[in-house]
Amino acid sequence: MRGAADLTPVQAFLQDCLGEAVLEVHRFRQDATVLVSPERILDALAAVREDPWRFVMLTDLTAWDRYPAEPRFEVVYHLLSLERRERLRIKTRVPSHDPVLPTAVPLFRGANWFERELWDLFGIRFHGHPDLTRILMPDDWEGHPLRKDYPLTEEPVEFKGHVPKVPSEIIPYVPPPRRDDP
Amino acid sequence: MITRETITINMGPQHPSTHGVLRLVLELEGEVVVSCKPVIGYLHTGIEKEMEYRTYHQNITLVDRIEYLSSYHEELAYCLAVEKLLGIDVPKRAQYIRVIMAELNRIASHLVWLGTSALDLNVSSLLMYCFRDREEIMELSEIVSGQRMMPGYFRIGGVQQDLPEEFFPRVRRFLDEFPRRLEEYEALLTHNLVWRERNEGVAVLRPEDALAYGVTGPVLRGSGIAYDVRKAFPYSSYDEFEFDVPLGKNGDAYDRYLVRMEEMRQSRRIVLQALDRLPEGPVLIDDRKVALPPRRELVRSMEAVIHQFKLVSEGIHPPKGEAYAAVESPRGEKGYYIVSDGSNRPVRVRVRSPSFSNLQALPVMVQGGMLADVVVAIASIDIVLGDVDR
Repeated sequence: MRGAADLTPVQAFLQDCLGEAVLEVHRFRQDATVLVSPERILDALAAVREDPWRFVMLTDLTAWDRYPAEPRFEVVYHLLSLERRERLRIKTRVPSHDPVLPTAVPLFRGANWFERELWDLFGIRFHGHPDLTRILMPDDWEGHPLRKDYPLTEEPVEFKGHVPKVPSEIIPYVPPPRRDDP
Repeated sequence: MITRETITINMGPQHPSTHGVLRLVLELEGEVVVSCKPVIGYLHTGIEKEMEYRTYHQNITLVDRIEYLSSYHEELAYCLAVEKLLGIDVPKRAQYIRVIMAELNRIASHLVWLGTSALDLNVSSLLMYCFRDREEIMELSEIVSGQRMMPGYFRIGGVQQDLPEEFFPRVRRFLDEFPRRLEEYEALLTHNLVWRERNEGVAVLRPEDALAYGVTGPVLRGSGIAYDVRKAFPYSSYDEFEFDVPLGKNGDAYDRYLVRMEEMRQSRRIVLQALDRLPEGPVLIDDRKVALPPRRELVRSMEAVIHQFKLVSEGIHPPKGEAYAAVESPRGEKGYYIVSDGSNRPVRVRVRSPSFSNLQALPVMVQGGMLADVVVAIASIDIVLGDVDR
């Protein structure tokens, strides 16, 4: 745990409230961030939703692929409190062999489409989601495009005389460097 | 025996009043909408994936294409996020220029909304008037950046070049004329009986629903919640300007109309203040690891040539970390969440698009209403499908 000196009150509160389940707290460029273990993610979201914090708005829910590190996917919840004029970022990590999280739809109805998008583009499943189907890609699409091991390719075009380019001709594929934990 | 029967119809993706390629699966009982399911993704371009393969500067070209009606906000949000990662401050003059262009862009975007949503209700002449005024802003954009749309004008650490001299008289002429034009449009619509009957009490979004769905922008403010990123988290010197945030009361399409009309006036007010108080000074940060050196230095300084070469071929290297920066775009909170691993390409660029969240609230707005009001609801959200699908 680093940067304990300049924690915001809500970060300190989450640390008290969840104890061991808070894996990391930091403020990089003043953004308050809390990394929570996946089992307690809903508890964390529900706790800061109540008075006096009132983080009632889920502005964004997204993820990024830490490939080849494990746990592979980092899921990021951006919360907003209108009363306190404050943002909070709650993150959690899920492993590649079983990327499942409980759904946040009962807490924030707006999480519905965000979670569908995460299933679509990253293949992260949300347990208890009312309708976990693809949202941006076609229903019969194979693979999850925003994963790092999914190459950037050209879509096949059904025109005469069109010679499809191999991925390396569009943009040279650079395998992602091995990263240690950020 | 009377039976309850519903029929399911498909609206879009090719439909003139869906403002792009939006598809709605509507379940109807007679004329009443029982349920509505938006189907999106027809304009998915994979820009977020593409950005992971480009350098930070190259990505400015890509972000323009996401919300093509307000490219300046798109660029601003992206640049702010990268600047936050780098931990740099932008020169004051560049901040003011950014505000001027962003607010002019807001007027242009709202004019497109006004024209097209009026067209949906058969006020076809207004579209021509609105595009006449928007044309003036497009030309101003061309004077400044060389492009009407997708300008690519903002840089990480400032803007590409200073405002040219001929910009100032033209923008002042436009701003002097604009309030009279707005009054004309309001005379056409605000107290027009047909307009009011079609908009008042239609597509109501209660404040608690708006919050639950993460709705932002004029749709949220139409429901009476005063959240504007420019006021709540001031960026680019917005705290130095005086402006009001108009609010609605009923959360219907008519209130959203009133909010947007007033926002155009407030945008004009901000541009005038920024023009009056435009500070002198550089428009790009003087940091050779971030911004290109001025051209005149290239002919006599070897060091400048090396910096230029390194920046163009390799790009900038923000420190390892993550940052989220948001701006108030004409549609709501437009945010960029960038994860960096210290290399010259971002690991992840997430675009938080306001239209995506706002569109998610559409089923709540139209349920129990008439089929014809679905068109009003879509227009009052003011979606840009490029922004929804990214």
